[in-house]
Amino acid sequence: MNNKVPNNRAWLLVLPMLILVAFSAVIPLMTVVNYSVQDVLGPNARFFTGTEWFESILNNDGLRAAFFRQISFSLIILAIQIPLGIGIALIMPKRGWQASAVLILITLPLLIPWNVVGSIWQIFTRGDIGLMGWSLRELGINYNITRNAVDAWATIILMDVWHWTPLVAMLCYSGLRSIPEAYYQAARIDRASKWAVFRYIQLPKLTNVLVIAVLLRFMHSFMIYAEPFVLTGGGPGSSTTFLSQSLATMAIGQQDLGPSAAFSLIYFLVILLVSWVFYTTIMNMQKDKSPQGGA
Amino acid sequence: MAEITLKGLAHSYEKAPSGAADYAIRQMNHVWHQGGAYALLGPSGCGKSTLLNIISGLLEPSEGDVLFDGHRVNELPPEERNIAQVFQFPVIYDTMTVFDNLAFPLRNMNTPEYRVKPKVLEVADILELTPLLKRKAKNLTADEKQKVSMGRGLVRDDVTAILFDEPLTVIDPQLKWKLRRKLKEIHERFNITMIYVTHDQLEASTFADKIAVMYEGQVVQFGTPRELFERPAHTFVGYFIGSPGMNFMAVEHTDGQVMFGAQPLPVSEKLKIAVANARSSDVSAPNIKLGIRPEFISITNTPDSHSMPVQVISVQDLGTYSLLTFKLNEQTFKARLPEGHPPLKETAFARFDDAKVALYIDEYLVEAGHE
Amino acid sequence: MSYQLENTQRGEKYTTIFSKVTPAQRRNRLARSRWRSRLLLGLYLVLMILPIYWLINMSLQTNSEILGSMTLWPQNLTFDNYLRIFSNPSWYMGYVNSMLYVSMNMVITICVALPAAYAFSRYTFIGDKHLFFWLLTNLMAPPAVFLLPYFQLYYSVGLFDTHIAVALAHCLFNIPLAIWILEGFMSSVPKEIDETAYIDGYSFPKFFIKIFIPMIRSGIGVTLFFLFMFSWVELLLARTLTATNAQPIGMIMTRTSTASGIDWGTLAAAGVLTIIPGILVVYFVRNHIAKGFALGRT
Repeated sequence: MNNKVPNNRAWLLVLPMLILVAFSAVIPLMTVVNYSVQDVLGPNARFFTGTEWFESILNNDGLRAAFFRQISFSLIILAIQIPLGIGIALIMPKRGWQASAVLILITLPLLIPWNVVGSIWQIFTRGDIGLMGWSLRELGINYNITRNAVDAWATIILMDVWHWTPLVAMLCYSGLRSIPEAYYQAARIDRASKWAVFRYIQLPKLTNVLVIAVLLRFMHSFMIYAEPFVLTGGGPGSSTTFLSQSLATMAIGQQDLGPSAAFSLIYFLVILLVSWVFYTTIMNMQKDKSPQGGA
Repeated sequence: MAEITLKGLAHSYEKAPSGAADYAIRQMNHVWHQGGAYALLGPSGCGKSTLLNIISGLLEPSEGDVLFDGHRVNELPPEERNIAQVFQFPVIYDTMTVFDNLAFPLRNMNTPEYRVKPKVLEVADILELTPLLKRKAKNLTADEKQKVSMGRGLVRDDVTAILFDEPLTVIDPQLKWKLRRKLKEIHERFNITMIYVTHDQLEASTFADKIAVMYEGQVVQFGTPRELFERPAHTFVGYFIGSPGMNFMAVEHTDGQVMFGAQPLPVSEKLKIAVANARSSDVSAPNIKLGIRPEFISITNTPDSHSMPVQVISVQDLGTYSLLTFKLNEQTFKARLPEGHPPLKETAFARFDDAKVALYIDEYLVEAGHE
Repeated sequence: MSYQLENTQRGEKYTTIFSKVTPAQRRNRLARSRWRSRLLLGLYLVLMILPIYWLINMSLQTNSEILGSMTLWPQNLTFDNYLRIFSNPSWYMGYVNSMLYVSMNMVITICVALPAAYAFSRYTFIGDKHLFFWLLTNLMAPPAVFLLPYFQLYYSVGLFDTHIAVALAHCLFNIPLAIWILEGFMSSVPKEIDETAYIDGYSFPKFFIKIFIPMIRSGIGVTLFFLFMFSWVELLLARTLTATNAQPIGMIMTRTSTASGIDWGTLAAAGVLTIIPGILVVYFVRNHIAKGFALGRT
């Protein structure tokens, strides 16, 4: 890593990728920026609006509520999925055919198209034909995700935990596999308890994958769209309407080009900012720890 | 104290071993005495590490017993044996300081903190780790890390044996020597049994009083470095110890002569009788060999009654001596020539030192009765 | 020396250690904790499988049985729902469309990501760090942000409702991801290998294809797995960029809800069929997957 050769011809290797990504990212992004500062009334009628759309988005109560819903959602699923994923990775079999079988089973939810995930849970939780909805009803619990906001929230969180914990578990599993056997052997000889092994061997070695896991889960949960859209349609009321759905409604449904473009940019920047702050904080924490003391 | 006895020990990684090849360790008996400095020497894959892990309790042997002072400890896990082990790659607890690393085994045993501190300081002093105590273990160099791993074994009062599994593999050559001396010093200071696994004969002979040479899952010889050199009990020991290793010749006894192929060998009468009486386990293809170390072959340009003409291939100058490669009966031999040896012609004459020729039947040494 | 003093107590400690736990007790304890983890894992797997099982269960029932009563397994096993999908081109073409754009995306992505990842792992060049960071920011772009511009962009270049449009759109997040994973794998290959190959007279393309790519085989396998996964499961962009010719299966599934109610059986069968390609892919890379992200750089 630290003995890379300076070579500007490497740009040639990067170029094809750059062209493609630029085509998919830069041009559309410029369109968005363009729309965000204009009012498009017709093919030849555009007005420069400055920051007007941005202000209206920031002052939109509905969107502000959706934003806080989004933050709460991401925090809740992170708080559940990270520990749960670590736990599952710890009890997964380490070798043999069981290891492969469990690995394949565990990754299953990750490979289901997101709207199908929504459909699966929509069916599963229905009171008339779904196993979970029916069972809860039989137990005398008044469970209805189309009427009760708490039920809807709980179901979406359960669905997301079902859907994405496997990713965290898989990352942690690969992190655990990379710990050499000698560490466990030394710990046994040092008479370390199970907890000490976790605290001083496994957890430190998992730091890197956990950073990736938290980042990916934060990003994806912050962009969640298809699953709640299919499951609850954002309801009841707007209790499970998250940012992506608000944006899609605004851009495609209502064709509000200007405000939705401004919304897009703010949305994007928030994700970038949070990810960047999280990442640099972690990296600085690790750096602070390292050059301590010095003989 | 702790005398480690291996009784009828065998180990296989297979669930149902079918033949000798399935065994990592084959039937062996061995005793390690308290306080000895031992080396376990052998090529990779000969079962050294397996044996070490069985002694420390990381592995349970499939057959036979491990006894500590006569107690059977087969089922005891490492945490209940009085043993420490240092691994090939240094194992340290990254997030802890050096002090905490050294204190770790003590704290795991609920040792009160006022006992922990003096003990850690004492061990750190011996290992010259005192200036590093407050540092994060993660940022140490490889040799410092290895010293920390060793220190974790030394802090425990109950440790009676430390096992080393090729501990110097990742250490720089110039530090290896220093660390090895440190080990020796620790051994002399504490009355601890040390078993040192290595594939390097130099490392083994500088560290250990006695060396056990392992080959294909068995200890083929257990002796001082000198014994291993002078009377290898097995052809493998002859080949593995010394540089270069022993020369071997497959021989048979015909018409009162010891024949190496078509070449009659001028050997002592005793040896002739011994070869004539040799009974190999396989009668159809008897496995009888003579071995001679390169050090005990003398080469001259003129023949005498006890020498054989050989074909000189090459002479390599290695500073204090030269190494001669020659051919006898189409087989390559090595011989050591003293400094200032006269240049050799294409055909020279080799003479084996009678007393140093060893007889091997089925790969094992048979004393031919010379003093 | 305190050490020597304390050594005298060793004999006593030795015996206490021996008598503390009998081997049988310890084995019991170990076995119990192993069973506990097996049980927990089993419980998780059962809970995880249940929703999928329910989908399969429904896909094997007729609509009247689904709606009629609660049955934990199909009473009258029927494959009609599957037959309906396999006999109707407007249904099964959805799978073909999805497969097509996913494979196109995988090919395009891996072809441009391999050289780029190599450049990042071996060379420094002007702006490399910024470029890498910019790439990663694309992973964080919500697809919803690009809905409208994508629609307009692909419409204006005449690619709307083609497979390649979706394949290109998915490059937005798949290329950065691929470079990220591959770069980690490549950095773990010693640089000396490159140098030796060049000294042996290999040209760059020959070295790259003949030597380097085989060395990071498992890395490429893992990368392809993730590329498949993220392209296969994404629907928002795929739906927006297609109308009839390249419509993904996920979109066609919405057809099951009509004025006369939802055709649950067919919906379930279509759902089950979307899971199968994923199972096949994960089966092929099962031995490499554990290494996957562990090597990726942070």
